[in-house]
Amino acid sequence: MKEFKNLISSAAPLDAANVDTDQIIPKNFLKRIERTGFGQFLFYEWRFDMQGKENPEFVLNKKEFKDAKILLARDNFGCGSSREHAPWALQDYGFTVIIAPSFADIFYNNCFQNGILPIVLSSKNVDALFQHTLANPSAQYEIDLPSQKVISKDNSALQFSFEIRAALKEKLLKGLDDIGWTLQFANEIEHYEKNLQISFN
Amino acid sequence: MGKTLFEKVWEKHSIDLSGNPSAPPQEENKNLIYIDLHLVHEVTSPQAFDGLRLANRKIRRPDLTFATMDHNVPTKDRDKPVKDQISAKQMEYLAKNCKEFGVTLYDLNDFNQGIVHVIGPELGLTLPGKTIVCGDSHTSTHGAFGALAFGIGTSEVEHVMATQCLVQTRPKTMRVNFKGSLKPGIYAKDMVLALIGKIGTAGATGYVIEYAGEAIEKLSMEGRMTICNMSIEAGARAGMIAPDAKTFEYIKGKEYSPTGENWEKAVSYWKTLVTDADAVFDTEVEIDCNQLTPQVTWGTSPGMVQGIHTELPNPSSAPDDVTAGSWKKALEYMDLEAGLKISDIKLDKVFIGSCTNSRIEDLRVAASVIKGRKKADSIKLAMVVPGSHRIKQQAEAEGLDKIFTEAGFEWREPGCSMCLAMNDDVLEPGERCASTSNRNFEGRQGRGGRTYLVSPAMASLAAIHGHFVDATQEVTV
Repeated sequence: MKEFKNLISSAAPLDAANVDTDQIIPKNFLKRIERTGFGQFLFYEWRFDMQGKENPEFVLNKKEFKDAKILLARDNFGCGSSREHAPWALQDYGFTVIIAPSFADIFYNNCFQNGILPIVLSSKNVDALFQHTLANPSAQYEIDLPSQKVISKDNSALQFSFEIRAALKEKLLKGLDDIGWTLQFANEIEHYEKNLQISFN
Repeated sequence: MGKTLFEKVWEKHSIDLSGNPSAPPQEENKNLIYIDLHLVHEVTSPQAFDGLRLANRKIRRPDLTFATMDHNVPTKDRDKPVKDQISAKQMEYLAKNCKEFGVTLYDLNDFNQGIVHVIGPELGLTLPGKTIVCGDSHTSTHGAFGALAFGIGTSEVEHVMATQCLVQTRPKTMRVNFKGSLKPGIYAKDMVLALIGKIGTAGATGYVIEYAGEAIEKLSMEGRMTICNMSIEAGARAGMIAPDAKTFEYIKGKEYSPTGENWEKAVSYWKTLVTDADAVFDTEVEIDCNQLTPQVTWGTSPGMVQGIHTELPNPSSAPDDVTAGSWKKALEYMDLEAGLKISDIKLDKVFIGSCTNSRIEDLRVAASVIKGRKKADSIKLAMVVPGSHRIKQQAEAEGLDKIFTEAGFEWREPGCSMCLAMNDDVLEPGERCASTSNRNFEGRQGRGGRTYLVSPAMASLAAIHGHFVDATQEVTV
C-alpha cells in the first residue's frame, strides 16, 4: 500500500450530509473485476446528466475545484454499502484526504486499506473550512499526519488538530499491509484453531 | 461484573497475542479476531482473489468459506444465458476462483443459490456464537442467531481469505429495548425503521447493538433477521439477538447444523450466550412498540421515516441547517412538497424482496393481505423476488405464487434484484416504488428512481391501492 505522510492541496467542498457509497460509486460500475479505473465513475450521477454531459453545478465540475486532493464533507460520509469501490474511486480520481465531522464505520476502515486519510473534525471546525474554501476556492491546506494537523496556508488562525488511532496512523505512515502484519501471528492463529476454536461437527 | 452477549462472543474469538513480541500494546485497541464463517459473492470478491494470486497465497480455511451468486443474477429467463455480458463475466470469474481456491460455490443453477444472507441461515451455516463476515454490509442479518456478523470491504475479504482473521477495534455496546407488543399490521420492519428514525443513520456508529425486550422475544427468526439486517442503516457495526428456543428450533436439522451428541453440546453452549443480568451497556435506547404505526420512508436516507398518518416535513422546521439542507434536497429529488400526506404519494411500482424481507414469513404476509384482490391499474409492475430457491419452493407449495400472480404480481427467481438494481430489475427515472428493501438512497433502485421503504404488508397493499394505506386497518391477525 502507498504510504501517506503529508499533503498540500486545495479542497473541494461537498456540502451534503449522509453521502452514501451508492452516490460515491453507483452500482452499475461495480461489475468490473479490477481494482483500478473507478475514478471516471466517481459521483457519476451527480457529475453527469442522463446524457453523460457534465453537470456544471456539481462542485467537482467547477474549474476551481478540479485539482483538489482534499474533499470536505458533512456528517456520516460513506454510509451504506461496504463496497471498497468507493475509496478506490475517490483515490483514483485524486482524493487522498477526506475531512468530515463523522464517517461511517466500514468506509472509514476501507480508507486505511487504500492510503486515504479520513480526518474527523468537529462540525464547527469543518464548517469553518467550508466557509474559508467557499470564500477562497484556491485556498491551500497543509495536512500533516505526523503532527496530526490541518493548517490553512493563507490564514494562520485556521489550524486544527485531529485525533487518529495510533495503529491507523502508523499503518498510513508506513504504508503497512494488514495481511503481512497478521501473518506475524501465524503461530497464535494455529494455536487458536487447534485448541480454542468452537466446532460442533 | 457480568458480560453482554457481544462481549462473550468477542472474547471467545480474540486471539491471544501476548506471548508474541510483535503484539500491539493494549491501548492501541488493535485486536485479532478469528472468523468462523466467511461468505463470498460475485461483486466484492474478484479483487480479493486477485490479491491472493498476486502474493501467491492460499485460502487458509476453504472449509469455512462459502460462495454464492446473488447481486448480479437475473430473476427471469434463467434457462437462457445471462444477457448482461459484464455480469456474466463476474459470475464466471467467481466460479473460476472458487474452483481454483477450493471454495464451495452455490452457483446460478444450484438449488442452494440465493441471497447470501438468506441461504446462510437456511443451510445451518449461520449458528449462535459464530463470527461471520462477508463483503456486504447486510451481513449484520446473521446476528439474529446470536452470531457476531458484520460487513467488510474487499481488502478485508482478502485478509480473511489469507488469515481467517480480521484486525478489529473493539466496538462499544448499545442495547435497544423494544418494549410492549406489536398490533396486527405492525412488523419487524416497522420496529427497525422506527429505531433508525429515532437515533438517526449514524446513531449507532461505533456500536454493536443488542436487540432485546418483549417484542423481540415474540418475533419469529424471520422478523429478527429483518431487524438485525438493518442495523447498518443505523450505522452499527453489527446487531445481535440472544438465541432462544425459537433459534434452536430454526437451526435444527439444517444441512450444516450439528447433529446427535454434538447438537446437545451445541445447545448447552448456545444457552450461555445471553447478556448477564448485571452486564452494563455503553448506552441504552428504548422503543415503545405499543405506539408504533406502519412506517414509510419519504426521502433519500432511511432516517427520513415517518408513520403512515403523517405529512412530509418542512425544511423550515428542521432542527439545524445541515438537516434543513438534507430535507430540501430529498424533497426535490423525490419531487414531493412539504405538507403532503404520506398516504397521498402516488406509486408506480412495488418490489417485495431483498435480504431484509424476502423470507417465507414475509411472502405469507404479503400474499395474505391481497388474496383475491387485484393490483391497481396505475401500478406498472409489482414483483415478488423470493430470497432463495427453498423459499420459492415453499411458497409455491403453499400456493402463494398463485395469489401473487392472480393479483397481477410477477413471481421471479431468487436474487438481490431491485434492492440494488445491478441486474435488469431497475426503476425508470422518476418512478416511485414501494419497496421492502433496506436503502432509499438516490438512484439506489435505478437512476432517478424514488424508493419508499416499507414492510411487506404495506408494499403489497400499496400495489392494490396505488398508494400507501394503513396496514393495521386491513390486517386483523
